[in-house]
Amino acid sequence: MSDHTSEHRTMTLKLIVWRQKGQNEPGRFETYVARNITEHHSFLEMLDVVNEELIREGKDPIAFDHDCREGICGMCSTVVNGVPHGGQERTTVCQLHMRKFKDGDTIYLEPWRARAFPILKDLVVDRGALDKIIQAGGYTSCHTGGVPDANSTPVSKAESDYAMDAAECIGCGACVAACPNGAAMLFTGAKISQFAALPQGQVEAPERVAGMVNAMQECGFGNCTNHYECQAACPKGIHVKFIARMNREFLKALFRAKSGSHTFIGEGQD
Amino acid sequence: MILDGKAPNGPIESTWDRHRFEMKLVNPSNKRKYKILVVGTGLAGASAAASLGELGYNVEAFCYQDSPRRAHSIAAQGGINAAKNYPNDGDSIFRLFYDTIKGGDFRAREADVWRLAQVSNNIIDQCVAQGVPFARDYAGYLDNRSFGGAQVSRTFFARGQTGQQLLLGAYSALSRQIKIGTVRMFPRTEMLDLVVADGEAKAITVRDLVTGEIRVHAGDAVLLCTGGYVNVFYLSTNAMGCSVTALWKAHRKGAFFANPCYTQIHPTCIPQAGEYQSKLTLMSESLRNDGRCWVPKRKEDCRKTPNSIPEEDRDYYLERKYPSFGNLAPRDIASRAAKEQCDDGRGVGPGGRGVYLDLKDSIARLGEQVIRERYGNLFEMYERITDENGYKVPMRIYPAPHYAMGGLWVDYDLMSNLPGLFVLGEANFSVHGANRLGASALMQGLADGYFVIPYTIANYLARTRPGKVSADHAECRKSVEEVKGYTRKLLSVNGNRTVTEFMRELGHLMWNHCGMARSKESLSEAIARIPAIREEFWQNVKVGGTGEEFNQQLENAGRTADFLEFSELLCRDALDRNESCGGHFRVEYQYPDGEAKRDDENYCYVAAWEWKGIDKPPELHKEPLKFENVHLAVRSYK
Amino acid sequence: MQLLSSAIGRKVVMAATGLFMLLFVIVHLLGNSTIFAGPNAINAYAEKLQSLGPFVWAFRLFLLFMLFFHVIYGILLTLENAAANPGKYAVKKMLKATFASETMIWTGLLLLAFIVYHLLQFTVRVTPDVVLGNDAKGRFDVYTMVAGSLKIAPIAMVYVAAMVTLFLHLSHGIQSIFQSAGLSNDKALPQYTVIGKLLAVIFLVGYSAIPVLILAGILAK
Ligand SMILES: Cc1cc2nc3c(=O)[nH]c(=O)nc-3n(C[C@H](O)[C@H](O)[C@H](O)COP(=O)(O)OP(=O)(O)OC[C@H]3O[C@@H](n4cnc5c(N)ncnc54)[C@H](O)[C@@H]3O)c2cc1C
Ligand code: HEM
Ligand code: HEM
Ligand code: SF4
Ligand code: F3S
Ligand code: FES
Repeated sequence: MSDHTSEHRTMTLKLIVWRQKGQNEPGRFETYVARNITEHHSFLEMLDVVNEELIREGKDPIAFDHDCREGICGMCSTVVNGVPHGGQERTTVCQLHMRKFKDGDTIYLEPWRARAFPILKDLVVDRGALDKIIQAGGYTSCHTGGVPDANSTPVSKAESDYAMDAAECIGCGACVAACPNGAAMLFTGAKISQFAALPQGQVEAPERVAGMVNAMQECGFGNCTNHYECQAACPKGIHVKFIARMNREFLKALFRAKSGSHTFIGEGQD
Repeated sequence: MILDGKAPNGPIESTWDRHRFEMKLVNPSNKRKYKILVVGTGLAGASAAASLGELGYNVEAFCYQDSPRRAHSIAAQGGINAAKNYPNDGDSIFRLFYDTIKGGDFRAREADVWRLAQVSNNIIDQCVAQGVPFARDYAGYLDNRSFGGAQVSRTFFARGQTGQQLLLGAYSALSRQIKIGTVRMFPRTEMLDLVVADGEAKAITVRDLVTGEIRVHAGDAVLLCTGGYVNVFYLSTNAMGCSVTALWKAHRKGAFFANPCYTQIHPTCIPQAGEYQSKLTLMSESLRNDGRCWVPKRKEDCRKTPNSIPEEDRDYYLERKYPSFGNLAPRDIASRAAKEQCDDGRGVGPGGRGVYLDLKDSIARLGEQVIRERYGNLFEMYERITDENGYKVPMRIYPAPHYAMGGLWVDYDLMSNLPGLFVLGEANFSVHGANRLGASALMQGLADGYFVIPYTIANYLARTRPGKVSADHAECRKSVEEVKGYTRKLLSVNGNRTVTEFMRELGHLMWNHCGMARSKESLSEAIARIPAIREEFWQNVKVGGTGEEFNQQLENAGRTADFLEFSELLCRDALDRNESCGGHFRVEYQYPDGEAKRDDENYCYVAAWEWKGIDKPPELHKEPLKFENVHLAVRSYK
Repeated sequence: MQLLSSAIGRKVVMAATGLFMLLFVIVHLLGNSTIFAGPNAINAYAEKLQSLGPFVWAFRLFLLFMLFFHVIYGILLTLENAAANPGKYAVKKMLKATFASETMIWTGLLLLAFIVYHLLQFTVRVTPDVVLGNDAKGRFDVYTMVAGSLKIAPIAMVYVAAMVTLFLHLSHGIQSIFQSAGLSNDKALPQYTVIGKLLAVIFLVGYSAIPVLILAGILAK
């Protein structure tokens, strides 16, 4: 345990960072040195220090996405030494602290890499594809107002906890970045499972799963071959059981579509 | 000028219903002809954009993050209030109304607060219908807890992630409208100016944060839902990108800024670890339900390990000073008490800026397992940040800027003094008075967006012709040129100090001179020093890169420049308000026992400031406040 | 059709075809194990199978169909996945993925090659090593055919290598079936994984025992 009253040890680190000016520009690695870093710096505060120095030297600071810096907005997105968010369990890179590193360490920083996430600059990627997936069905089509009293439909605590486990996803996209196939199955599976567990989600279940699965494909995400890297990298520990649930929901929907009670989106009226 | 909030008169219980009936309507087939610009997609913005889109308006929505799902509403942990009275413990709309008025130290408009309490119930219904997984009990019904010192259990929550779940609900409703095509979403787009044409707000000028393109979006009404401004203190619990920019630009175009000095300091944040730190993390104050705040009685003990300090040498200062509320005293009181202990030299941790929050007794009483179930994620978060195990050693906490009760002035319809400009959520000043009670900001954001603006905007739109102003209007073109010029100016200074250095300097000044305790001297000094920092900024700031690219330095520079102007207004408001109330504590105005001394005789009004130019003092307009349903009384939590 | 065109549908096809092939591999191992009981047993078993006539052909056709889909979709999915992940990380640390999970396409293709060879050898019986003949009871002498071929060291080695490939493919593939078909959850997944690995080991040991024991001269002297 650290003693806050004692002097901080400081460390010096070598950073090898992916630099890319814009979406269609070539990128390359550049090496920087981070000095005077203490164990209490968060990873992004360490980058702030490096950037301040770059700015003073008149150089272009390293662009990286971040906002809340408390592990909830899902904005931060950097692959640290080959692991999205840096590999501390259930921790976003903004909450990763430098005490996990040693003086003299070399650290590789790369952006999320997946076809569906074009690089905008340096470590910043465009994750709009995840929004597209939600737009394809990640909601209930209720109107504002005109809904029943909140307590009119009880939901068992178990189902509601299950839905909440799934709903914790922060939409950071680390699952995609970690997946050898660039698949967004964990993200999509979590959303579908949340609604699948709740009574409010039942009516539109078939259309939802069909729409969202289609959107995944259209956006250029890959398929799942059950590597489970996604769960390991997920800062919220979203479980791959939600991918299984999505698959199950998909089959259920397909079966219901075949039996005529629903049509699958995009399937026409044949 | 005496401002009129246009609150309806008559019995408070029926104000909103009557007003709703009296308001004008927009014919359904005409709705799509009106374009509404929604800036900000947090709880307030996303719920407004989704609801307006659903009604058939043509909506364009903007946010600076890469997705509307990331607005800072996502960070709210504790919960959202509603007057459902599900636990049958005596809650009612009137009680929620009463508590909010009193909690705000009698500085909010009664009718607005009544409406908030009234629609609070609809919000919960709405969110559940959207699939928000609120906590439930074993019978499957919604669970409630008491929060932030409320005497009834009226807080709904979703683990420690209530804001996240509510925002994702609103975001999903918004996503649905985007898919349908009623809402067009512009992420990574920052509003940099408001266009006022013929006295009405009709357009905004934005910068595309990816390409740097500066362009204008014209519409029939503008909704600012851009959140709070407490990043003016540099270190706060807000996200790094939260800024006053949108509000400030509107203010410069004529919108009145109301009560900027009402800022809330949250008592339970993780203390700063070092100068390099850029953001403070909040821990839900629900911890105060089971934790006890203390500091060592003797200064010499402050550097000892906490567990080695015997019980009799600990000062449980909240329990000592406020025997009946104890550790659950309201935020402003708990924050100030912590500061007092530290100012007295009995603070703990780095720089002596911290007090202990100790769950030892609860762990002994209930067992570690129960505590783990209740607060496990908070302990985890604490350990991630500090590397300390809160089950074994008491946690250290310190107050930090958290919420802005002040904001742009709006009337009962949420319209600012500029026709066509509406302000929702934390960005307006409306319902919290001088102090916000826990779990009421989420409620306000969603009330404004789902259940107020969809009605009140019609009252304005029905009186205007759609499409009055288009993007090639002279005012629009002028605004684009101004923003471009401003950007060029920022880029051309090329001095020696970074933007962060300026922001840190300003934040320091604000925290020390206009933070938890303010005085005439400290405020006058701040007002004297801010222009100097501002001047140096414009002569010595270093902003690299160009305007035609993704340039985070430039974004920060613009936000900092606005804070450098706004901070002065905040201090002026604080200086002008010669009383202590809620989050605004003037050391000159206190009772002998240190309690805040309100001055209802002279200050029972909303202070709304009008911009007069950078070197001229702003002009004060007052909106007197009347209390007919809750009687003005001294707030006591003893 | 969503089953054949969607990302998940095609995974289900992979799982279903894989499952049927898995069942075959189980039955085949049981059948082959009769070799341990001597020539009479396995020849009788083969005879019995042959006597089923049209059923055999139906079964063969079905399996071929499964293999065909499995291979086509395996290749298709792999190509799509490669395209979805430009995979340019300079350093990539795997946390959960295994050698087996990362090499499914290669172990699969090797299996395909093995199956082609194996069919040419023991079903079509056209490879030079096969010894054709009937046993004392006039039945086709499967025992001698198998023993004759697997006595040749390089062929036995090919078999063992193929069984290692099968082990890898199935040590990931079996639990995959449940996950892909949506039959898994947090409690069951670790159990499927254990069962899958166990079965894969049984296949490895059971199948390899035949060439190894033959080569070692213990079986079929
Ligand atoms: C850590 C924390 C915990 C909290 N916990 C609670 C709680 O438990 N209960 C409770 O009731 N309240 C809580 N609050 C307060 C509450 O979360 C906020 O007040 C509320 O969510 C604000 O919502 P909003 O929609 O007004 O603004 P925000 O959610 O901040 O949204 C602002 C939006 O405006 C956009 N924006 C800002 N400026 C611009 C610009 N110039 N151009 C374009 N877009 C712009 C942003 O992109 C964003 O979309 C908490 C606050 C914090 C910080
Ligand atoms: C007897 C032979 C084979 C068996 C028993 C078998 C079995 C399986 C099983 C059970 C799976 C897992 C399915 C799932 O993920 O749900 C699988 C996956 C796979 N198989 Fe095979 N397979 C065989 C042959 C082949 C062949 C010949 C190929 C050649 C292309 C192949 C390629 C693949 C690939 C690429 C996968 C992973 C794809 C995925 O799971 O999405 N397999 N196999
Ligand atoms: C040591 C291991 C093996 C031995 C000794 C063996 C032996 C045989 C024999 C003798 C036959 C012909 C049966 C007959 O025609 O009556 C056969 C057929 C076959 N074998 Fe194997 N086999 C082995 C492993 C495998 C494996 C691992 C696979 C699949 C991956 C496989 C797939 C098949 C197939 C598809 C047939 C054709 C079945 C049919 O004709 O219907 N074999 N095998
Ligand atoms: S599932 Fe996990 S890794 Fe994927 S987006 Fe959600 S939080 Fe991020
Ligand atoms: S890592 Fe990829 S392969 Fe599937 S289980 Fe996760 S999406
Ligand atoms: S910055 Fe918000 S999750 Fe990391």
